[in-house]
Amino acid sequence: MSDLSENVMVAPRQQRRFLRFAHVRRREWQGLLYVAPWLVGFLIFIAYPFVWSIQLSFMDWKGIGTARYVGLDNYVRMFTDDEAFLYSIRNTVAYTAVHVPGTMFLAFVVALLLNERVRFMPLFRTLFYLPSVTSGVATVVLWVWILHPTGLLNRTLGLIGIQGPNWFGSTTWALPGLIIMSFWNIGTTMLIYLAGLQGVPQQLYDAAEIDGANALQRVRYVTLPMMTPSIFLTLVLGIIGSFQVFTAALVATEGGPGYATLFVLLHIYFNAFRFFRMGYASAIAWVLFLIIMLFTALQFWLASRWVYYEGERAG
Amino acid sequence: MTVETNWDEPERIRPLSWRIVVVLLLVVGSLIYAFPFFWMLSTSLKIPQNIYLDPPQWIPNPVAWENYSLIFDVGPVWAWIANSTLITVATVVLRTLSSLVVAYGFARFAFPGSRVLFILLLSSLMLPGHVTIIPRFLMFRDWHWLDTFWPLIAPNFFSTAFAVFLIRQFLMTLPRELDEAAEIDGANTWDILWRLLLPLSKPAIATVAVFTFIDGWNDFFEPFIFLSTPDNLTLAVGIRWFRTQYETQFHLMMAISVVSVLPIIIAFLFTQKYFIRGIALTGLKS
Repeated sequence: MSDLSENVMVAPRQQRRFLRFAHVRRREWQGLLYVAPWLVGFLIFIAYPFVWSIQLSFMDWKGIGTARYVGLDNYVRMFTDDEAFLYSIRNTVAYTAVHVPGTMFLAFVVALLLNERVRFMPLFRTLFYLPSVTSGVATVVLWVWILHPTGLLNRTLGLIGIQGPNWFGSTTWALPGLIIMSFWNIGTTMLIYLAGLQGVPQQLYDAAEIDGANALQRVRYVTLPMMTPSIFLTLVLGIIGSFQVFTAALVATEGGPGYATLFVLLHIYFNAFRFFRMGYASAIAWVLFLIIMLFTALQFWLASRWVYYEGERAG
Repeated sequence: MTVETNWDEPERIRPLSWRIVVVLLLVVGSLIYAFPFFWMLSTSLKIPQNIYLDPPQWIPNPVAWENYSLIFDVGPVWAWIANSTLITVATVVLRTLSSLVVAYGFARFAFPGSRVLFILLLSSLMLPGHVTIIPRFLMFRDWHWLDTFWPLIAPNFFSTAFAVFLIRQFLMTLPRELDEAAEIDGANTWDILWRLLLPLSKPAIATVAVFTFIDGWNDFFEPFIFLSTPDNLTLAVGIRWFRTQYETQFHLMMAISVVSVLPIIIAFLFTQKYFIRGIALTGLKS
C-alpha cells in the first residue's frame, strides 16, 4: 500500500490518472461487496416472497397439488361471500379507532408528567416503560387472568358496586377487553413524546408565561403545536401496528367468541394455515397491505395541514 | 447527530403544590402500571385453592415455590428456554455483525446504485411481514426448514433493514477523516471497519443488540408459524401452547410467564440508556 502511494508520487500524469481511476473502481466494488449480504437477503426473503404473494393472490391453491389462476375471484369473494372477512375489517377498524387515540392520549399525559423535574424520575420512567419491553404472550396470559370473570379487574369493579362482565367470554366485551389490555403498553409512544418534549425550547414557555398563560394554556398553545411532528409519527406508526394486531387476540380469544375479536391478520392466519387457502389468504394480505398504505399516504397528505416543522429542527 | 437527552438537567423550580400534584399522579399511575407484574408474581406463588379467593390474597400464604418446579413437569419448559436462548443469541450476534458490515457499505462507499439500494432498504422497513409470510412458509416448506430454527436464524446472516439503518445513521456521525488517516497508514477497508469503526460504534451496536435481544425473545408471530412440535417451540409460543392445554391453571401459567419475562426485565434494567438513545436516534421502533 505504501509502495503504491510512493509510485503515485513519481508517476507521470497519465499513469497517475489511471491509478486514481483504478482506486475508485476498487472502492465501488468494495462498497457493493459490503452491502451484498443485505441485497442477497432482501432478494431471497423479501423481494421473491413479495412477488410470489402477488401471484398467489390471483390463484386458488391448497399449497399442494395444482394451482389454478382464478383472476380476481379471491378479491371479489372476500367482499361478497365471506362474512368473517367483513367482521374482521369491522373489528380491526373499531380496535384501531379506540386503541390508537387512547394510547396516544395516555402516553402524552404520562410523558408530560415524566417531563417534570421531581425525585425518583428514573424509577417512574422505568415503571411506565416496563410493560412495553415485556410485551408478548406472557403479558397477554397475565391480562387473560386479570380480565377473568372472577379476576382482579372485576373484583376491583365489585368494590364500587359494578358487576363486571365475562370479558373474553362475551361477544360484547371481548373487544373492549383487548383494548383495555392494549392501554398497558404505551411505552414506545411515551418515549417518542418524551424525546419530543425535551426539544421544546424553554423560551417559548417563558414567553407564554409572561403573556399570562396558565399551565393548561401552555400545553395547548406551546406544547401541542411544537409536538405535532412526534404526534404525527406516533399516529402513523400506531395505525400501521394496530391494523396488524394479532398476538393478543390469538392468545386471549382465538378471534372469538364468534367473530367478536376476529382481526384481519387472524383471518389471514386461519385461512392460510388452518384451511390452507393459500391464494385467498394472500389476497386478504394484499388488501390489508393496501389499506395500510392508503391510510399512511392519506396521513402524509393531511400532515401539511396540522404538522408544524420548526425550520431545520424537523423531528 | 447524537441526540443527547438532558434528563437530569435541573430546570426552574415549580411551586410546591404543583410538584405534589405531579408526584401524586406519578405514584398512582406507576402503581397501576406496575401492579399487573406484582399480580403475576403473586399468583405464580399460590397454591391452587388460593387463586380465586375473594377478597384476593395479595401475599401468597403458603408460598408455593413448588409451582416453579411443577411447570417443568407439565411441559417441555427446559427445551423452550433452551430454544429461545439459542435462537435469540444467534439472532443478536448474526444480525448485529451482518448489519454492521452492510451499514459500513452504505455509510462510507458511493457506488452506482447505492442511493437506489438505500431507498429500497428504507422502503422494506415499511413492508409489513404479513404480506410475505405465506410465500415464506411455502418456500421454507420446500426447503424442509419448517419445524427447524433455520427460518428464524438464517435471515439474520443477511442483516435487517432497521439495524442497518440505525448503525448507518451512527456511522455517518463519525468523521471520514478518521478513515482517511487510517488509509494513509496502510489500513484496508476491512481493517478500518473492524479495528477503527467497530470500537467507536459501540453505543449504536449495543442499541441494536438490546433491541434485537428483546424483540427476538418476545417474538411470537414467526416462531408460531414456522415451529410446530412441542419440543421445538420457543418460550413465547410454548406459553401459548401451555394455555391451550391447561386453561385454568393460572398459578402455573403465571409461573411460566415470570420465567419468560424475567430475562427481559433484567436485560432492560441494565441497558435502559441504550433504549432511550435508540428511540431518540431513530424516532421509531418497529
